[in-house]
Amino acid sequence: MRTALGFAAAAIVFAVLAFAPFYLDAYGIGLMIGMTGYVTLASAWGLFSGRTGYVSLATVAFFGMGAYTVAVLNETLPYPVILLVAGAIGLLVAVVVGFSTLRLAGVYFVIFTFGLAELIRQLVTWFETTVTGTLGRYIFLPVGPEHIYWQLLVLCAATLFITWWVGRSRLGLALRVIADDEVVASHIGIDIARTKLALFSVSAVIITLVGAIQAPRWTYVEPAIVFNPTVSFLTLIMALLGGASRLWGPALGAIPLFLLFEWLSANFPDHYSILLGLLFIVIVFVLPRGVAGFAKDLTRRRPGGTPAAPKLDAAPLGTESREARS
Amino acid sequence: MTALLSLSGLTRRFGGLTAVNALGFDIGEGEVVGLLGPNGSGKTTALNMISGALKPSGGEIRLRGEPIGGLSAHRIARKGVARTFQLVRILPSLTVAENVLAGLAFRGEPLWGEAARDEADLLLRKVGLEGRAGEAAEQLTYIDQKRVELARALAARPSLLLLDEWLAGLNPAELRTGIDLVSHLRDTGITILLVEHVMEAVRALCGRCIVMNAGTKIADGETPAVLRDAEVVRAYLGTAHA
Repeated sequence: MRTALGFAAAAIVFAVLAFAPFYLDAYGIGLMIGMTGYVTLASAWGLFSGRTGYVSLATVAFFGMGAYTVAVLNETLPYPVILLVAGAIGLLVAVVVGFSTLRLAGVYFVIFTFGLAELIRQLVTWFETTVTGTLGRYIFLPVGPEHIYWQLLVLCAATLFITWWVGRSRLGLALRVIADDEVVASHIGIDIARTKLALFSVSAVIITLVGAIQAPRWTYVEPAIVFNPTVSFLTLIMALLGGASRLWGPALGAIPLFLLFEWLSANFPDHYSILLGLLFIVIVFVLPRGVAGFAKDLTRRRPGGTPAAPKLDAAPLGTESREARS
Repeated sequence: MTALLSLSGLTRRFGGLTAVNALGFDIGEGEVVGLLGPNGSGKTTALNMISGALKPSGGEIRLRGEPIGGLSAHRIARKGVARTFQLVRILPSLTVAENVLAGLAFRGEPLWGEAARDEADLLLRKVGLEGRAGEAAEQLTYIDQKRVELARALAARPSLLLLDEWLAGLNPAELRTGIDLVSHLRDTGITILLVEHVMEAVRALCGRCIVMNAGTKIADGETPAVLRDAEVVRAYLGTAHA
């Protein structure tokens, strides 16, 4: 019953959101695109990192690959095929990277993922300057802003649905067990490597598609734009603020933070980065377990409140994962 | 008849140290065997190799004749080897019921959904935790966390249960409860290999004992005889007592 009501409410929200372009001006649609993009990125990030406790800074690696794939192929292939190719590239890279890195624990994984994003940016830059002799590409696709928005909205709904499904599935339980104790996980029959790889790949494909779908907005694309590490940090802080391991947590963090960042970048363009950094610090200090975790704490103080919060709400930025314990 | 578990020449080296040296023994179906020895004698290392937490440096481990030595822990678990840990390892962010469901969901023949919840209730009743399903596992007392860990191990419907000092750290009343629980399991016919220091438990539960010292087996036989064995006493208490 509760599930049916939840689905009905979500369907109404998405239906209302789908009509937004008919009432909004160009700026409003742009804002909705950015917001939906970040809700999707943060939710996809939470799908893997929020459940496993593996803090990934590779968001922009996949996001940028998606956008760059569109930039490279936009004149040679039909648009839907480009999206498929982008998704396939995201999947391929996720599987290769996942195989080689998901054995890394805690802070080593964070550093690796950050390095991966930089590595891919440098590789693309090197390839463009030395092989193709260009730096920067144009995207001319007949895809209007409202179409970009609708595509993102569908991807966003799909991401939330996948997250909901994972939460109820054996896969979801496996992830919670892994986040709690990998030694126990392996001793009750969970194939840890495969489980993590599956989720990492799904998350990476979604993130790649966000980049690919948003690419036509830019018209001109170069590695420094699409591989901007700020995307990784924003995604992470949004998901953490809302509560990364909860279904609606990342969305709860992404919407207000995105609007705040927009306002900051419009009003304080020169001090934007400083303010952003300060804000990160404040969030980690004041709400280390996210808004959802904070709300849960409040309810827990009353008798009858439900205790025990899952992983990443309790493990904010920089916290060691529990592998060290074993 | 093939033994349920069969070790031969099992060896594990850590650098220059040989923690387990050419260990060999068989355990038959339905036996409850104690694995004893002073600290550092290699008991837990042997257990870790059987469960797949450690890979052997040499030798063989067979489960019903099938070699399992060196397989990853999750593969061994799915073949029906379940274990508990020296320091209790419950899943702290999960509820009591979810801890047991985790044991059911990933075993060789996974159980999920309504049937799994019923089975989890049954297992919780078996270990004396009926009506506690919704509680947070991390807020349980030590003995109750041990019960959860045992229920989770039993959820795997193991053909071999490895208990690593499962009775350590309990007060006398809890110890009595613990021994009763394991002896109840023994009566259901489950095969148990039990690493234990609590002699009261070993005498009450194990028909047979294997004693290790410095990585090698020094005794193997019926419990009363083994506990009287001069070499065993020497290993445990030093020469003055032998």
